This record gives sequence, C-alpha cells and structure tokens, in this order.
Amino acid sequence: MNSETGHAAAVPAAVPRAADRVAASLKRRYAAERRFRACGLAAVCFAVFCLGVLLFTVFRTAIPAFTQTMIELEVTLYPQEIDPAGTRTADAISTADYQKLIRDALDDLFPDISDRRQRRELMALLSPGATYTLRDTVMADPGLIGRRITVRVPFADDVDQFAKGRFDAAADAASRPLSDKQIEWFQRLEQRGLVHHDFNTTLFTAGDSRSPELAGIWGALVGTFWTMLVTMAISFPLAIGAAVYLEEFAPKNRWTALIEVNINNLAAVPSIVFGLLGLAVFLNVFGLPRSAPLVGGLVLALMTLPIIIIASRAALKAVPPSIREAALGVGASKVQTVFHHVVPLAMPGMLTGAILGMAHALGETAPLLMIGMVAFIVDIPGSPLSAATVMPVQIYLWSDSPERAFVERSAAAIVILLGFLVVMNLVAVVLRRRFERKW
Amino acid sequence: MHILILIATLLILTAAGFWLGRSRAVATAAAGRRRLHSLPSYYGWYVVVWCGLPSLLLLLAWLALEPSVLQLITIDSLPPESRDLPAAQLGLLFNDIRNFAAGGGTSADPVVQAAADRYNALRWTSYLMLFGLMAALALAGLLWARRQISPRLRARNRVEHVITALLIVSSVVAVLTTIGIVLSLIFEASRFFLRVPLTDFLFGLAWSPQIALRADQVGASGAFGAVPLFVGTLVIAFIAMCVAMPVGLLSAIYLAEYAHPKFRMAIKPLLEILAGIPTVVYGFFAALTVAPFFRNAGSEAGFDVSSESALAAGVVMGIMIIPFVSSLSDDVITAVPQSMREGSYGLGATQSETIRRVIIPAALPGIIGGFLLAVSRAIGETMIVVMAAGLAANLTVNPFQAVTTVTVQIATLLVGDQEFDSPKTLAAFALGLVLFCVTLGLNVIALRIVTKYREQYE
Repeated sequence: MNSETGHAAAVPAAVPRAADRVAASLKRRYAAERRFRACGLAAVCFAVFCLGVLLFTVFRTAIPAFTQTMIELEVTLYPQEIDPAGTRTADAISTADYQKLIRDALDDLFPDISDRRQRRELMALLSPGATYTLRDTVMADPGLIGRRITVRVPFADDVDQFAKGRFDAAADAASRPLSDKQIEWFQRLEQRGLVHHDFNTTLFTAGDSRSPELAGIWGALVGTFWTMLVTMAISFPLAIGAAVYLEEFAPKNRWTALIEVNINNLAAVPSIVFGLLGLAVFLNVFGLPRSAPLVGGLVLALMTLPIIIIASRAALKAVPPSIREAALGVGASKVQTVFHHVVPLAMPGMLTGAILGMAHALGETAPLLMIGMVAFIVDIPGSPLSAATVMPVQIYLWSDSPERAFVERSAAAIVILLGFLVVMNLVAVVLRRRFERKW
Repeated sequence: MHILILIATLLILTAAGFWLGRSRAVATAAAGRRRLHSLPSYYGWYVVVWCGLPSLLLLLAWLALEPSVLQLITIDSLPPESRDLPAAQLGLLFNDIRNFAAGGGTSADPVVQAAADRYNALRWTSYLMLFGLMAALALAGLLWARRQISPRLRARNRVEHVITALLIVSSVVAVLTTIGIVLSLIFEASRFFLRVPLTDFLFGLAWSPQIALRADQVGASGAFGAVPLFVGTLVIAFIAMCVAMPVGLLSAIYLAEYAHPKFRMAIKPLLEILAGIPTVVYGFFAALTVAPFFRNAGSEAGFDVSSESALAAGVVMGIMIIPFVSSLSDDVITAVPQSMREGSYGLGATQSETIRRVIIPAALPGIIGGFLLAVSRAIGETMIVVMAAGLAANLTVNPFQAVTTVTVQIATLLVGDQEFDSPKTLAAFALGLVLFCVTLGLNVIALRIVTKYREQYE
C-alpha cells in the first residue's frame, strides 16, 4: 500500500487514477461485449438458418412429386384382342396384350405417324405402367370388354419432368431425354386437353419400381411398420425391466456399476456397429432371413435399448422416496411397492422415453444396410419374415438413382418421414406436459 | 404364422393355469380353515410361471436353433456329389432349396426338388414336435404347480423372486449386446488378420479391397492399408468440428447467458428439431444441395472442388452435430455456480468478460468432454458420408477432394450379397473393430471428464 502511493507520488502524470483508467477502457470493453453478444446471436441464427435451408430444400424438391402428369386415352377393348376364345376367365383376361390396345389408342390420336421408329418413340411417351392400369381396369370389370372406354394412364417420367418444367424445349437436343418430335407430340396432346396433372396416388399405394412414375412408398411404410413393431415389442419391456432393476432393486456393487457403464457406452456406439452385430450374430449364427423386418427390428431394438433405459431411469428417479416409504409402511412388499406405485407414476416419463427412442429408430438407416434391407423389393411385405425395406432406406435408394423424378420422390418420402417424426415428438411432448408432476 | 398358434395355445393354457391355481388356493384355504400366506392371485401367478416360463424358453431355444439344425440334416441327406461341393456353393444350393421350399413351386433340378420336399417335411415334423413338447411341458408345469398349492405355500415370495430374476435378465441384455458386439467383431476381424497382417492393415497406405476374379489380373490380391480411410475420416470429422464447435458453443452461451427467456423457449425446440432429423435426410441435403453448391462456388472462385468433396460432407455433418454440442455445453454452463458469476460482476467485469474469463475456464472440462463425445459422433456417422463422400481411397488432407471414411467402406463392403469368407467382407469387420474401439475410448474418456467435473460443483 505504502509503496503504491509512494510510486504514484513519484510519477503522478504517467499513471492516472484507477477510475480514469476504467473509464477510458470502458468504451473498448463495451464494444467487445457487443461483439461477443453479436457472435452468439450469429451462431444461433446460423443454426436456425441451416435448419430453414434444409427444410426448404427438401420441401421444394418434394412438391412436384405429389402430382403426376396423366394422359386421357380412349381405348377400344376389342374382344378378339383380349379374349378371343370368349371364356372370360381371369386367366385369359390377365394375359391379353394390353400394350397393343394402348398403342392402337395412341396411334388413333396421331394418324399422321406411320414410321415404325417414330411410332416406337411415340409409345415411349407413356409409362410402362399404362398397360397394367388398363389391365387392372378390365380385370375389375370384365363387362367393359367390347366397349370404348376412357382411361387415365401415367406418362413416362421424362415427359412428366418436361411437363413440370424441369428442362426446356429450347435446350440442346442431346442434353435432354426427349426428342424434338416427342416434345412436339406432347404439346399437341396438351392443346387437345388430354393432359392432366393429377394427385399422385401411386406414390402412396405402390411398392418400389424401376420406373419412377410407378414407384411408391407403401411397401417401405409397411416394412417400417413391421420393423417398428418388432423393435417396440422387444425394446420397451426389456428397457423398463432393466431400468426398474437398476433404479429400484440393484445392490450398489461392482456388477451394477459395470452394467451402468455398459449402458452409457452402448448409447454412444455408432449405429453401423449394431448392423455388424446383426449381420454376424442374427444372420450368420442364428440363420435368420436376410432383409427381414424381424432382424431389422431386433437390431434397432438393441440400439434403442440404452436410450429408453436412460430415459426410464430418469423417470423412476423423479418419483419421490416418500411414495415408496408410504407403500412399504402400510405393508407392501418391495415388488408390490415398485409395480403398484412407483412404475405407474413413472409411466408417462417412460413412455416419453420410449417414443423418443422409437423416433430415433424410425430414422435409422445405416445398420439396416448391413442386414440386407437395401434390396430392391417390389412386393408389399406381408409379415415380419418377408423381405422388406424401410422408409429411410427407401429414401437412400431413391436419392442415389440418376433419375430426377426419383430424387423428387425421395424428397417426398422425407416429407412423409418427417411428418411421422413430428407426430411422434408431439405425442411425447404432450405426454410430458400432461402427466408431468412436480412433487 | 404357425408360431402365433403356439403362442395362442400357450396363452390359453396359462390363463387356465391362473384360474385353476387361484381357485384351488381359495378352496384349500376354506377346506383347511387356514389363512392363505399370500393373496389368492399370487397362487394363480405361481401356476402361470410354472406353466408358461419353461415352454417359452423352449420356444425361444427352438426358434434359435431350428434353422441351423434343419440345414445340417437337409445337407446331410443330399446325394454325395452335391454334399461334397465347396462350402460357398453348398450355401447357394441350400438357399435354392429353401427358396423352393418356401415358394412351393417346382424346380427344374430334381435334387433341389427332392431336398426342398424333404426340407418342408422336416419343418412340419419339427413344428409338430415343438407343439407337442411345449404343450406337454406347459401341462406338466401346470399340474405340478397346482399340486404344490397349499395355504402354507409362500406364493408371493416365489413369484417375486421370478419377477426379480426377469428384471435382472433384462438388465443383462445390454451387457450381452456389448459382449456380442465385441466377440463378433473380434472373431471376424481375427479371421481377416489371419490373411492380412495387422501391421499392413494399420499402417498400409493403399486401400483397394476389390479382389480380382482371375488370379492373373492386375492387383489380384487387393490392398488393405487403412491409413487413407483413417485420414479421410479425420479430415471430415475435423471439418465437422470446425463448424459444430464454434456454432454450438456460442449459441449455447448466447442462449444460457444472454437470451431473453422467451427467445430461448422459441429457439431451443428449433435446435432440437435439428437433432431429431434422420441422418439420411442430412445425407440427401449434403449430396443434392450442399455438394453442388460448393462445387459451383469453387469453380467460380477458381478452385477445383470435387462433387464428392470432404468439405460438403464435413459441413453438413457439422450442422448435424450443432445441437449435440450446444445441448452438452448448455448443461455444463448452467452447472457453473451462480456465485462465480456474481463474484465476477462484483469485481466490475462485463458479462462477456465473465463468460470468457470465469465461466468458460470453469466449464472447460465439461466442454472438452462434450467435444470428445461430438468427435466420436462424427467418426461413427455413416449416412451423410455414404451419400455425400466418395468411395475412392485418396490419401489427402485437401478438403476439396473426395475422400472416403471408415464407415463408408464398411457400408460398401457389406451391402449386397457376398460370400462370407473373403477378405473383402472380413475387412469390414476389422474396420468395425477399429471404429468401435476408437469411439468407445473417446466415450470413456469423455464420460470420465464430465463426471469428474460434475463432482467438482456438487
């Protein structure tokens, strides 16, 4: 203190008073304060901006996939073509050459085209699915045979893309998938009012397909349903059992500590490693079928197990000890206390954890690639043992394909998947709000 | 769907057992004029345990073992010339047999046809045997348990013991999973290391796992030097952390220290949405939006940016990790005691000075722990890199070039049908083992740091 004042007295002009020094630096310090604060705000804004760009991109890409360009064709169902024998059996009707009928109908619209190659090009405007649409129409009502009917059949995906303005008629002919002729024919059809932009129901009702205009997510949705069913049936009871044991019964010893450390570490194991486990154990050791939702569900169940256990333990911890003591005090056994009082009170929290775990499993892709759920599967899976794929894998497969139309459908599938996730999370939030109790 | 019939039968039997046990307990108590030791329903449950549990265990064991036993018997009954085929072809043949057996069609190959018929017959026999055994076991258990019932039987204690045992079993599943992961990885990886020396794998500089079909083809042996993969993984993880760490940390600080509670309430759920988006969606975003954007921006600026650049995958991965870093940092920042802040304010520090000089140093261990957890996330992330990063193993640290990662290679080596003893597929398990060890190590260290840090302020 003394030396300080002595020093100050020696050179009074060089060292100003502390208050003056602070006042002089305040401006700089406040500027730094503002800069720091702006940095923080910028970081938050950047994160939100990324979210916005991501969602915007996905939605903008997805929107065209929800409509499909269709052509209105008048087809004459000549009985001699469909069923020359006149038996009208389902077998005979289903094997008829509907492609020829469609071609005839198309030729009627363009009587001026006679060149074989051009006629083939004309036919390429339509989706290969047009034949199946017509067949299904006739199969559903064989009485139509011999009549002239109007059907709406899908255009091929290139035409669909052109109709949605994905590429320009003025662009270099070599760089676009449609020839000048095809574009001209399409525009003539448009002028005659035969082109319609319908809601794409195929997207929601069909399985996968090689042609984008015939591909749908129904197969993947059903596969997801089976997989989630297996996951839920296995992970939820096991997780609750484990959480109840660790929180209520386990003695505080080395073994319990080992299990706890184990669960915490398991929660952080990369998901692809669970895929390796599924491949090595469930497929190779137990010989379960490849690509089956059963195996996918098992793998995802093991993966979500730690998530649900951790959430359930938190829920059990939140139940106050007084509840347990009261139950024990009136003569309940330990098991009765836990299952009659503690678990019911912790159930909303456990359910919330389970829903969040399921939401996590719903979006998981990598482990399912390992166990063969990436196969190209057209059929709708009928059981947990039939080959299937799931929504995220379908998104991966479609976004990988070169056709722009598949990329759009992939985005549409993302929108639907995100819709499911939003619903699940909302349910979790509502559960938490509704049943959360402050003790 | 035969299994549903089994389970339904079992359910009916156990339901009957419950009712029989309960009524018998009540009846014996009334006849002997004694009070029951436990509530009547516990006697019912006691019978249920004896009736259902052994059959259920039998069912599980049967389902686990049936496919391999059937395969053995079927292969054994094949004619000798097919039985002596090499293992891989025999596997294919058996797959054929199983497909025909399931499809019910007729096969061109009489051997396959006969074997498929035999396979179906065996399955039917196996099902009948299982059904008979389960029913016998359930009935025996039911009758035995029912005979045991007397007012003195301590039914509640016994049932509670079974419940506790079931709880222990379910908590052991997590341990079994870890053991399963470790054993399967080590087993398959050791088969790989028998063919490719460990040192070549860990220190080799060339990675081209394609095994040539002909012996005289160029590069016929395949090269399994994993260094390019490790470097690629680290480059992408580094880029991801460069994005996630500053943004995550700063936004956590802003939300915890500066933001108005209302703003915080609005922004936090948005960040959580970012955390809830499936990784395949990020992969879609990276491959279709970010990568072309960087490539175009690069060509405008005169750089040659690959369309599968590490930059795009890394940045998108960083965005994915932002909420992870921010929520972990938020936890540790709010855990710093209020008194430290007040002390700093009392000395005249501004808010940002308090944060930089007091709160961050105090929270540093927690932040480092969070950082390590985020790195382990980035290393283990698969879908973003599968969709946006390359396949070719370039040994480079240039973020504008395409690199490949450990997870990408695991996924590409194992997708599709493959025979199970080529070094190519086994290499995936070796990579998986490395990945598992590294992420596990990072996690153990991070969790230790975080718990140490928590103890400091509690």
